[in-house]
Amino acid sequence: MSRRVRMLVLGPGLLGLGALFAWAIAGLPAFGHYRGPYGYVLNRLVVPLRHTTNVVMGTNFDVRGVDTMGEEFILYAAVVGVTLLLRDESNARHVERHTRRLRNETVRLAGVAMVGGGLLVGLWLMAFGYITPGGGFQGGVVAAGAVLLLYLAGSHRDYSPFRDAHVLDPLEGVGAGGYVVVGLAALASGSAFLTNLFGRGTTGTLLSGGSIVILNWAAAIAVTCAMLLLFAEFLETYVEPLETEEAGA
Amino acid sequence: MSYLPYIVAAWICLVGIAGIATSRNLIHLAVCLTVAQSSSYVLLLSVGFVKHGRAPIFLGTKLGTPAVDPVVQALTLTDVVVSVAVIGLILALALDAHRLSGTVDPDHIADVSG
Amino acid sequence: MTWIPPLLVAIPLFGAAITAGLDHVTPEPLQDAMVVAAATATTALAFLLLWRAEDHEVVHWFGGWQPRHGIALGIDFAVGPLAAGMCAVIALVVTLALVYSLTFMKEAARLFDALMLVALGAMCGFAMSGDLFNLFVWLELMGVAAYALTGFLVERLGPVQGAINFAITNSVGSYLFAIGIALLYARTGTLNLAQIGQTLARSSHAGGLVIVAMTLLLCGFLVKGAVVPFHLWAADAYAVAPAPVCAVLGGVMTDIGLIGVARMYWTVFAAIDHGHAIGDVLLWLGMVTALLAGTMAFLQRHLKRMLAYSVVCHIGVMLAGIGLLSAAGLAGTELMFLAHALLTAGLFFVAGVLHADHGVIDEFRLRGRGRGCWAPAAAWLVGTIGLVGAPFAGVFLGHDLIDEAATALGRPWVLPLLWLGTALSGAALLRAGARIFLGWGDEDDPLLGKAMEEDPLERDVLRPLLVAVSVVAVAAGVAISVVPGLGQRAEYAADRFRDRSAYVAQVLHGRPMKPPPALPVSILHASVASLLYGGGATLFVLGLALVGLYRRRLPRLVAATGERVLGPPVRVLHAVHSGVVGDYVTWVVVGTAVTGAAWALLLRGG
Repeated sequence: MSRRVRMLVLGPGLLGLGALFAWAIAGLPAFGHYRGPYGYVLNRLVVPLRHTTNVVMGTNFDVRGVDTMGEEFILYAAVVGVTLLLRDESNARHVERHTRRLRNETVRLAGVAMVGGGLLVGLWLMAFGYITPGGGFQGGVVAAGAVLLLYLAGSHRDYSPFRDAHVLDPLEGVGAGGYVVVGLAALASGSAFLTNLFGRGTTGTLLSGGSIVILNWAAAIAVTCAMLLLFAEFLETYVEPLETEEAGA
Repeated sequence: MSYLPYIVAAWICLVGIAGIATSRNLIHLAVCLTVAQSSSYVLLLSVGFVKHGRAPIFLGTKLGTPAVDPVVQALTLTDVVVSVAVIGLILALALDAHRLSGTVDPDHIADVSG
Repeated sequence: MTWIPPLLVAIPLFGAAITAGLDHVTPEPLQDAMVVAAATATTALAFLLLWRAEDHEVVHWFGGWQPRHGIALGIDFAVGPLAAGMCAVIALVVTLALVYSLTFMKEAARLFDALMLVALGAMCGFAMSGDLFNLFVWLELMGVAAYALTGFLVERLGPVQGAINFAITNSVGSYLFAIGIALLYARTGTLNLAQIGQTLARSSHAGGLVIVAMTLLLCGFLVKGAVVPFHLWAADAYAVAPAPVCAVLGGVMTDIGLIGVARMYWTVFAAIDHGHAIGDVLLWLGMVTALLAGTMAFLQRHLKRMLAYSVVCHIGVMLAGIGLLSAAGLAGTELMFLAHALLTAGLFFVAGVLHADHGVIDEFRLRGRGRGCWAPAAAWLVGTIGLVGAPFAGVFLGHDLIDEAATALGRPWVLPLLWLGTALSGAALLRAGARIFLGWGDEDDPLLGKAMEEDPLERDVLRPLLVAVSVVAVAAGVAISVVPGLGQRAEYAADRFRDRSAYVAQVLHGRPMKPPPALPVSILHASVASLLYGGGATLFVLGLALVGLYRRRLPRLVAATGERVLGPPVRVLHAVHSGVVGDYVTWVVVGTAVTGAAWALLLRGG
């Protein structure tokens, strides 16, 4: 199909889809008038039952914990997939890593400050994720992003220790597998999979929520390592040859 | 006004899909895919909104204060991770396509057809 | 026995997590053994679950979050015999594919195994889940694993293109599905399928919101299930993926989209007014799919592409069986799924053997080179006959039940049309088999287009293992119609699957179902019409295959008329299957809009 034919077919299709959307929107309750009951029930139940004040994380890691397990493995599968797709065997490069340092001192200083700040924010989001807004996933992404800043504000060599697949791969496996192990442990003790079997703790402190803490950290580790691995894969395949070209030119 | 968020969500979806269907660059296509998916985030979050509701975080807040739906927020979080995974794969495939054929135009990498 | 459903997901996923982690630590044979052990354990547990699920629905509430006052709080896996049977066959096919790939894939083996195990866990989770968003999560998980596996052979552009088309088309379908979830959640305030169904049944008039949500949800599954016009990605993806991956994708993963459709219909949407119109549209989509894909199969020369269209053709038949909305129709689809999964996997395995032996998978390039390979030839022949549905072979019983359902509903014309589609794809396979293994037929045929570039496999394979796995798969598949007692159990499983109120009672209120009646252990009786169809189909397929082989030798008048009549439609078909992802997404949009409009008119207008 040529592009013109495609446009001719697509136009009416999008109009039809838009009409369907409009019809559906007409039947939705007005914005702000959520009818429930699922949300209202959980808002009432999660804090007394699990002592976590962040009901969203309580939902994610306890009430709907299986969804989160699937989600963690989606990220895991994506990382394995990207590694598979970029394995690039015919072009096994043994490039000399020329250090290219960023010249502008102000940018470097700002970058270093952001790395520290970002890491702290990420760790805080991870640690307090089930008490205040945050969580393992959010903290993991922020922390991984802060580490990537090392490359942007510094150089490839500064970033190298965080690209080591031999460390990141098992860690990611620990994060993802750890989630399943917690679930299996609950199963082995006679309850349902992923039942929260640990003590509830005191509401509003770091020691609350039972297995939510463990699952939160498992997710945090898995997500951090997954993002670092993704960055490493893309950097290795694409950025390195560019750098040596620049350095050599 | 009370239907505006939903209309925005529908618009984002249609624009995203239009972008995917007419894209000439795989990177652009991956971003359009993300845009199309973000329409589902907007829709989910709007559906769960409660007027004058606070965030569903009860540290220092009395239980029973009106709060928005926490379930859609949890669903959106999962949705975002799915989007990251898919865009990662498509970008990797775009890199491969460029390495093998020199182009990232989806119209010109049709090696198999029929 | 409620501890089994989570294990069917946890064991493969855990296996995948440690597979990549232990890559450099343990010796390779041990790693291979662990992977196969994980898959085998899942298969064994799935069969155990099947045995128990027949007595009562096995319901597992994750995290111990049981429903309170009839409101579902957590996520559940609700497994009846149909879902358990699905899991068993899925696990079996993946195990066979993993054994096959032990020598077939040498590079990046651990990454490959990890993704296959992830796909296994996701497919089992999808088959068992009773929660709307949970279905989405497993759908995406199996998708992500499949996209990467399709692009495995990254040295060529074809696999990359196939993976791109697969990923983008399926993702668009999934995102429409996600919007459907949001809409349905707004309407019902819950994500549990049983509870959604109950809520919708209370006010059975379906407004625009419900109809559009249903369109988006079902079309999302139809994209996964490669139904026309959402099917365009399938041939591109299956042509380029390695043989064991194709076996899993074509054998089970595509079919599972249809089980999603069935689950959504019978649990959620069956009670709305004029609900039978939903089935009518599905029936028509199924018939169009069967005929179109059958025709496309006949026009292929690449074996795996041909098999891809054969898969889509059988998907069409299975969707038609679901669309008939009766117990017999659903039972027919179940039996077809069982036979089709194993037979298709077996045929893909044979294609892999040919690739390993000769380095090409093109029908003409392989012409005559299969002479003397008795086991693959026999497997190919038996597999094809099984897919065609000769009396009491393979899909025969499935076809018989679908015909029974269609006749009971006053639509006797359904089966002949479906039969035509499957005959076309069967004839294509038989033609290819005769050309390759017997050397018959013309040397070239411009109708079938040009050959694709191929890479020979650069690894030493353990050929007896590959052939053995192919033979096992085909033998199991073709025997489905003669397994005593399977037909009756399939019908009972279909009855259970369709019973919404019993499902709701068990899931939300814990009320157990009635125990099953004593089911006889005998081979199901087939109607005379079915026997005639089956026998006739086989003869028709033989004839059509001969025409395909010796097309050049037809009398000139016939050939010229044929060219003038069939030429333009064939050119249009080839143009539509262009390999360009923009076109595919366009068709997804158009298909969704048209299906939605059809349901809007039928469900409102009465």
